[in-house]
Amino acid sequence: MLLIYCPYCQVERAETEFHCGGEAHIARPADPSKASDEDWVEFLYMRTNTKGIAAERWRHNNGCGRFFNAVRDTVSDKFLKFYKAGEPMPDLEAIAKEAGK
Amino acid sequence: MSDLLASDLITPDAGESPLLNQGSVSILKAAPIARLSFRAREASLKAAGSVFGAALPTTPLACETAVKRAALWMGPDEWTLLAPEEDLKEVFEGIEAKLGDEPHALVDISERSEAVIVSGEKAVWLLNTGIFIDFSLDAFPVGTVTRTIFHKSPVMVWRTGSDTFVVEAWVSFMDYVAGLLVQSAQELEAA
Repeated sequence: MLLIYCPYCQVERAETEFHCGGEAHIARPADPSKASDEDWVEFLYMRTNTKGIAAERWRHNNGCGRFFNAVRDTVSDKFLKFYKAGEPMPDLEAIAKEAGK
Repeated sequence: MSDLLASDLITPDAGESPLLNQGSVSILKAAPIARLSFRAREASLKAAGSVFGAALPTTPLACETAVKRAALWMGPDEWTLLAPEEDLKEVFEGIEAKLGDEPHALVDISERSEAVIVSGEKAVWLLNTGIFIDFSLDAFPVGTVTRTIFHKSPVMVWRTGSDTFVVEAWVSFMDYVAGLLVQSAQELEAA
């Protein structure tokens, strides 16, 4: 079982309290009525599906109920960083280097 | 007077027989109380706290208690407010009147959940049969309150004493939660 740190509750909890919300930092089209079908396809369905270090959204659904972001190595399942929603994406390459990848 | 937190608020339901009464752990149904879900931004917290009677804690997993009042931190913009049933109207209308047009949400959720009081030296052991949280006093001191998951049911756990916990679950899930607690406690008797 994974242990996940919630940056809002500031505690580490079992994975069963959380739900993964997919890739993080995907911006919704700023003006939806002007977005083309291709923009919507890009926004709704196209994901990088990273093998390695990736930023993901997580929700503490059986806790504070908040979405936050986490950097996880999708190969080893190891979490490398947790940060609140709205904070900028950390430098994934630097995190990867630090983790020895 | 008991030295438990909010002992004037969380009381065993006198009309109910204990769900479990062993030497090392007991489970009692708590008497009904008024529960309010309150969500607001930081600017409204002081005003809401002053009308309610207990300040709204901003520290994660913390609670604030006052006479017949308790404010429990549920999330960074979400609190559960507890008061006796007869004070519901006063509290509800007081907060609504004070906050007026400030953006907030105040909802009466009294009927949504039921609480049981789990106490005794084996209370931590018993809760840990279904909850993966370190309940040592260092990691989970008296007053800590959190939502979590008990086996498969969402619950709220509030430590009101070193050996006493209030466990709240949705009404329709309570048979499941209390039933599993009682069943797990039988293991203690067998040992």
